Amino acid sequence: MPITYTSQEQVEVYRFSVPAAIVIPLIALFVQAFVPLQLHFFSILDLPLLVVIFFAVARRSQVAGMLTGSLIGLLQDSLTHQPIGIFGLTKTVVGFGASSLGGKLDVENVGARFLVTLFFFGVHEIVYFTVARGLVKLTLQWSWGHELGAALVNAATATVLFTLLDRFKQRA
Amino acid sequence: MENLITRYRNVTILAVILFVQVLGLAVQVKRSGADESTRLIRLWTISSVTPLEKAIVWCQGGLGNIWNNYIYLRGVRQENRDLKFEIERLRLEQVRLADDAHQARRLQALLGFKEQYIAKTVAAQVIGSSGSEKSRLIYIDKGLADGVEKDMAVITADGVVGKVLLASGSAAQVLLINDRSSGVGVILDKSRLQGVVKGTATGELVLENVMTDNVVSPGELVVTSGGDQIFPKGHTLGLVTRVSPGADLFLNIRVKPSTNLSSLEEVLVITKREDRAPSLAASGSERAVDILSRRLPSVPDKPAVDPNKAPATGTPPPPTNPPTTAPQSVVNGETPATRSAQPASPKPQGEASATNPGNLRAANSARQGAVRPARSQKPAPAAKKISEPIAKPGTSVPAPVQPAPVQPAAGKSAADQAAPDNPGTSEDKPH
Repeated sequence: MPITYTSQEQVEVYRFSVPAAIVIPLIALFVQAFVPLQLHFFSILDLPLLVVIFFAVARRSQVAGMLTGSLIGLLQDSLTHQPIGIFGLTKTVVGFGASSLGGKLDVENVGARFLVTLFFFGVHEIVYFTVARGLVKLTLQWSWGHELGAALVNAATATVLFTLLDRFKQRA
Repeated sequence: MENLITRYRNVTILAVILFVQVLGLAVQVKRSGADESTRLIRLWTISSVTPLEKAIVWCQGGLGNIWNNYIYLRGVRQENRDLKFEIERLRLEQVRLADDAHQARRLQALLGFKEQYIAKTVAAQVIGSSGSEKSRLIYIDKGLADGVEKDMAVITADGVVGKVLLASGSAAQVLLINDRSSGVGVILDKSRLQGVVKGTATGELVLENVMTDNVVSPGELVVTSGGDQIFPKGHTLGLVTRVSPGADLFLNIRVKPSTNLSSLEEVLVITKREDRAPSLAASGSERAVDILSRRLPSVPDKPAVDPNKAPATGTPPPPTNPPTTAPQSVVNGETPATRSAQPASPKPQGEASATNPGNLRAANSARQGAVRPARSQKPAPAAKKISEPIAKPGTSVPAPVQPAPVQPAAGKSAADQAAPDNPGTSEDKPH
């Protein structure tokens, strides 16, 4: 059981049932693809990213985190028209980072979850822009205002979503 | 070495996963047809996601129909009335436009132009999106089985939406015009300048390739030019919203799409187009007065009167055209003259009713002209209003004939006779 740097206490490691581990990311992807048709502002959210962060932090396993991130990212890529792998790469990095952080810090409370999501949303966007512009030569524009707003909205959503997803956690 | 790998096992796995994905990306970028190399993956995803989306949209539509068609019917009668009036007005306007179209076809035929006509469209429902602001595309519920193929244009009644990017058996992916990788050949409606409208990363539309020495004003309509071989010529794309000098001697022109791309529900996919030389066959050369005359009740036949027979009572015959003062005497859309002419004839369906001022005036002007010579009255001021949107300078109008006392012939409608013979209300004549 990992020990946190902050409280020097042991933190819980969780696991998820197979149906939950499969169905939750699929629902997140589906909702992300479907709801913006009805509510356009919903496209500012990145539910697959939030699910990646949640699973990574709860499992506290780097391998599991990066594999989850990679799979969800590749699935998300296949729904777009851009080359497959941009979201895959980005979410792999986020999955690895979130699981590493989850093993070292206690991120169970609302404030910590808000900050962690805020931070990893920023990481996600930076990696995405780097890959998309540097590797794939996509023409993208970075807007600080938009990115900051999106990060805050996603972080706020994460605090609610993570509370709901906590019901599916099982002690390892 | 082995210890090193064991110690950094997770980092090694991360590096391997990242390397594989970078390699995959490089292969896709290297190949020009990036879509082709990943086509299968995308088709699988579409095939697995779209059935669920279809089912939800179907349920949603069903519930919405029950609510809207059987429960929530507030204001429907009023809306129905308004729509009927609108149809009346549009039909008259259609006649005027048909004149213009006929003239244009004649000129095009003379010049040997060929036009592209939309021969066949497929209506489709929007069932999903990419879910990301970085990729602006939608999914529709029609695919290869319905004749939808790659690079077909997708439109709505408001304007251009996008083009088909990928089609599976029962669904298709449509790239919206505001995606950064999208481009549409356009022409400015007023200044006739050509350019390319491209999407930006923020979802806006920019008109490119217009030099700074050209004059483009905000509010100008942007239509498709047909030069891209995807979108048919002449479809509305949007309006110019902002013009500013850009880099490299080109103007920076922002365009607002005429279609609300963020709330699409139904779209049309143009599945077949054909080149057709304009024909001279007069298809729409119907006059507005003919439409009006069909809608008016016919004047009943006069009883046969023996001209040699003098009136028995010695009283003078009643004037056939009693002078009336038009607007004040209108009751339920009929003047006293028309009321006397058609005592108890039921109102035909679709006739102009008193609640519609426009139709009322049109009907009145036609009827008044029918029952009395135009010179015997002042044209009612209200009657001018109907003619204003209809009358068009330059179009061919039958030459006014000196009025003679009109005797409506049997079997011919009042308006048919009145319109050409009424110089006093010649500006009221729709054409």
